[in-house]
Amino acid sequence: MVTSIIRRLFQAIFVIVAMTIIVFIGVNVIGNPVDILINPDANQAERARVIAHYGLDQPIWKQYLMFLQGLLHGDFGDSFVYGRPALGLILERLPATLELAITALGIALVVGLPLGLYAGLYPKRLSSKLIMSGSILGFSLPTFWVGLMLIMVFSVELGWLPTNGRGPTMEFLGVQWSFLTGEGLRHLLLPAFNLALFKTSLILRLTRAGVQEVLPQDYIKFARAKGVRESRIIGVHVFKNLMIPVVTIIGLEFGSLIAFSVVTESIFAWPGMGKLIIDSINLLDRPVIVAYLMMMVMLFVALNFIIDICYTILDPRVRLDAKA
Amino acid sequence: MSEANVQDQSVQPASVEPPEPSRLSQGIAEFFKSPAAAIGFIMLVVICCLALFAPWIAPQNPYDLMQLDIMDGRLAPGSESMTGMVYYLGTDSQGRDILSGMLYGLRTSLMVGVLSAFAAAIIGTTAGLFAAYMGRRTETVIMRLVDLQLSFPTILMALMMLAILGKGVINVVIALIIAEWATYARTVRSTALVEREKEYVEAARMLRLPGWRILFKHLLPNCLAPVIVIATMQVARAIGLEATLSFLGLGASVTEPSLGMLISTGYQYLLTGLYWISFFPGIALLVTIVSINLVGDRLRDVLNPRNAS
Amino acid sequence: MSALLQVSNLVTEFGGGRGRSGLKAVNDVSFSVDRGKVLGLVGESGSGKTVTGFSILRLLERPGRITGGRILFDGTDIANCSEEEMRNLRGKRIAMVFQDPMMTLNPVLTIGTQMVEAVQAHDKVSKDVARQRSRDALGLVGIPSPEERLAAYPHQFSGGMRQRVAIAIALLHQPDLIIADEPTTALDVTIQSQIIYEFQRLAEESNTAVIWITHDLAIVSRLADDIAVMYAGRLVETGPVGEVLTDPRHPYTAGLIASVPSQNRRGEPLHQIRGMTPAINRLPQGCSFRTRCDRATEGCLIMPDLIPEEDRAFRCIHPVMKEVA
Repeated sequence: MVTSIIRRLFQAIFVIVAMTIIVFIGVNVIGNPVDILINPDANQAERARVIAHYGLDQPIWKQYLMFLQGLLHGDFGDSFVYGRPALGLILERLPATLELAITALGIALVVGLPLGLYAGLYPKRLSSKLIMSGSILGFSLPTFWVGLMLIMVFSVELGWLPTNGRGPTMEFLGVQWSFLTGEGLRHLLLPAFNLALFKTSLILRLTRAGVQEVLPQDYIKFARAKGVRESRIIGVHVFKNLMIPVVTIIGLEFGSLIAFSVVTESIFAWPGMGKLIIDSINLLDRPVIVAYLMMMVMLFVALNFIIDICYTILDPRVRLDAKA
Repeated sequence: MSEANVQDQSVQPASVEPPEPSRLSQGIAEFFKSPAAAIGFIMLVVICCLALFAPWIAPQNPYDLMQLDIMDGRLAPGSESMTGMVYYLGTDSQGRDILSGMLYGLRTSLMVGVLSAFAAAIIGTTAGLFAAYMGRRTETVIMRLVDLQLSFPTILMALMMLAILGKGVINVVIALIIAEWATYARTVRSTALVEREKEYVEAARMLRLPGWRILFKHLLPNCLAPVIVIATMQVARAIGLEATLSFLGLGASVTEPSLGMLISTGYQYLLTGLYWISFFPGIALLVTIVSINLVGDRLRDVLNPRNAS
Repeated sequence: MSALLQVSNLVTEFGGGRGRSGLKAVNDVSFSVDRGKVLGLVGESGSGKTVTGFSILRLLERPGRITGGRILFDGTDIANCSEEEMRNLRGKRIAMVFQDPMMTLNPVLTIGTQMVEAVQAHDKVSKDVARQRSRDALGLVGIPSPEERLAAYPHQFSGGMRQRVAIAIALLHQPDLIIADEPTTALDVTIQSQIIYEFQRLAEESNTAVIWITHDLAIVSRLADDIAVMYAGRLVETGPVGEVLTDPRHPYTAGLIASVPSQNRRGEPLHQIRGMTPAINRLPQGCSFRTRCDRATEGCLIMPDLIPEEDRAFRCIHPVMKEVA
């Protein structure tokens, strides 16, 4: 077990290093930072000063080392737009994005798991077929358009829910959260639902497929032959087998929720990281872009690492293979 | 347990069967057995025709600023213009006919979708075949790259590429190709690995046939089915992603809007109740994606050798 | 004394319904088993023997269902039992051991969990008591260090060990009847012998009735008291093992016996039954075995009834008679 964790740790570090190289090459070699950094009207002296300031006159490997050094110190440079450290800007907005993503994941699980279980257990029922058709729609509907339609229906037509921002927040554990205030919760509802839609369909279909794979297995029949109650067969025998793919998906999809929150945040003016990165790409705010990308890389590597470990705990076959 | 298998068999006695039709026509017949797939296919054909013949169908060229009249801006569906032209689906803030904008936007969307899926399929398939055939170092390097790529969601890869390359439709296509090729590579490699172990490939090696011949004549045809299925689904995904990126302002330009861009321009008017600018292009997008997905879903069922009875 | 299990004219169909008749996987099957006796239910794959076993437990998967006949277990008609009454029978009074030991245990649950739940499904006992009983059951089937084994997962066991676990689970409640569906087919010959011995002991010592489903006549001859031979969903011959195996009446039984390799016919070519088992939806008219039978005549175009002869019966109008030397 320990060796497998160490091995995965090395893989994780490898991925991070690889991504730093890719991001560095992408931003510094393919894109020309001089064009981005320097006002086109600037004079020669000004240009030279900026180039020297950012170390752009250094050989490329030296620039990369400087980049790595900055990375290790959490220093990505100051935002051109805000004039403040890029990482700080992002970390400030992290709780908003996390709150949105966690809520969306919760909605996706609470809706997707039971519906998928139902559709898997009773595939012939009309209601199951409706659920499955609905999930195809959930897959096909473009998230941003659904967001607009949600605004149109629930805000413009019905006037039930607000569309803009986080609403009032409350401090908890030193961070501001929306869901702690009633008004904030109302602000959270539409964006979270919007973000959850696609993942709900995904979890639903995955759950159903899993149920249908497990149900015909001999061990389910054997459990019935033992006289075990149906509720326990579904709750323990089927569910434990389901959890393996579902946990994997949850981990990966949580990352993807954070990535996709760029869309939802833009629609609902949710002040999270996603909105920041879109603004930054539009304004060519390079330090913020790089900081965001590296943050996401770290996040995904960490998530993958955690999934692997959960997987090992859940599936005894993997656990023992690793031990051997 | 074999007793349970009898359920699949019909009670018909053996009868004289007509001569067996070719595999292709059998496959086509199998495909259209699903009404949903048939509907999806027909819708897709209609959509493609609409996009293809947009310049002749559309009442207006929405990219030609000369034809736009700012005085006709933000008209509701069914309104009539000064010149007597009817805007069936209304106009946007520039006075652009939404219907025409949608038809032209469809062209962009389909082009981006097909182009990126096709290019990604070629790159990914080649990489996958190459990895499976070469093995060793080459395989490790390619597959590590694939794993790396697949551990990040597509939208993040696309955002990363756009952050590097800058905005624009062509850059969106490039970003989509880079974000999607890995899926093909992984599938093709695993299919090819199975195929590589079979006797006929071994035989071809013994005959000292050149490597490229084994790759393209023997391994490739067996990997085509999954590639076609993935490519179909990818077209839908790419169209959705392009729309999303355009909506975020990273894709198509305001003067030559794609569907996503149209929806985006309508966004700011949504709160004042001008729903049509965003609504109708969204429906077009939805119908396109759904019909491609229906076709792809069915293709997967028909082409999957495991499902063949 | 009436038999523990009395199956009469059982019909199990797949598909069909709404007036249409389905495929009869089990057709007009009757037999009985007494306490302490072993019945060998013999047939090729597809003959309906496994479906018969699952019918008794009412564990058929849709679209399979019992459409005719009666299954009397200890005086109760199983068809009239509610789902809850059935659940109380399963595992408690009628236990089953499946064919493939690699598939019968849930891979993600420990052996302990799967045994404890089997105990607690019927007896309201604490987890510790249930564990203790599981441990004893494992010891009974010859699994060393049962305490450790309870914490293990199925894949840590060999096939033979897993089948022992499955048997231990079947023994947990000292059932009246055990249905063993080819429990040794997937195992090595040496382990096969051990498991057969366990069952023999069980039938003798605890007066348990056993239905041993198999295609292997050699096992039946060693283990069973009675034999029932199935072909294409029907019984073709029943009777005491000794009589049927030494002096078969039905040509199919005779063919099966002749095709078993044996010491005293060394050197002679092995007998084969010609042709293939017909699919259940393409049975010939009349006697199902007609098309493969050397003795078939026009009279065989009508399905013969089971013809009783002392304590045995066979379904053939041209029975094989041992030549009296």
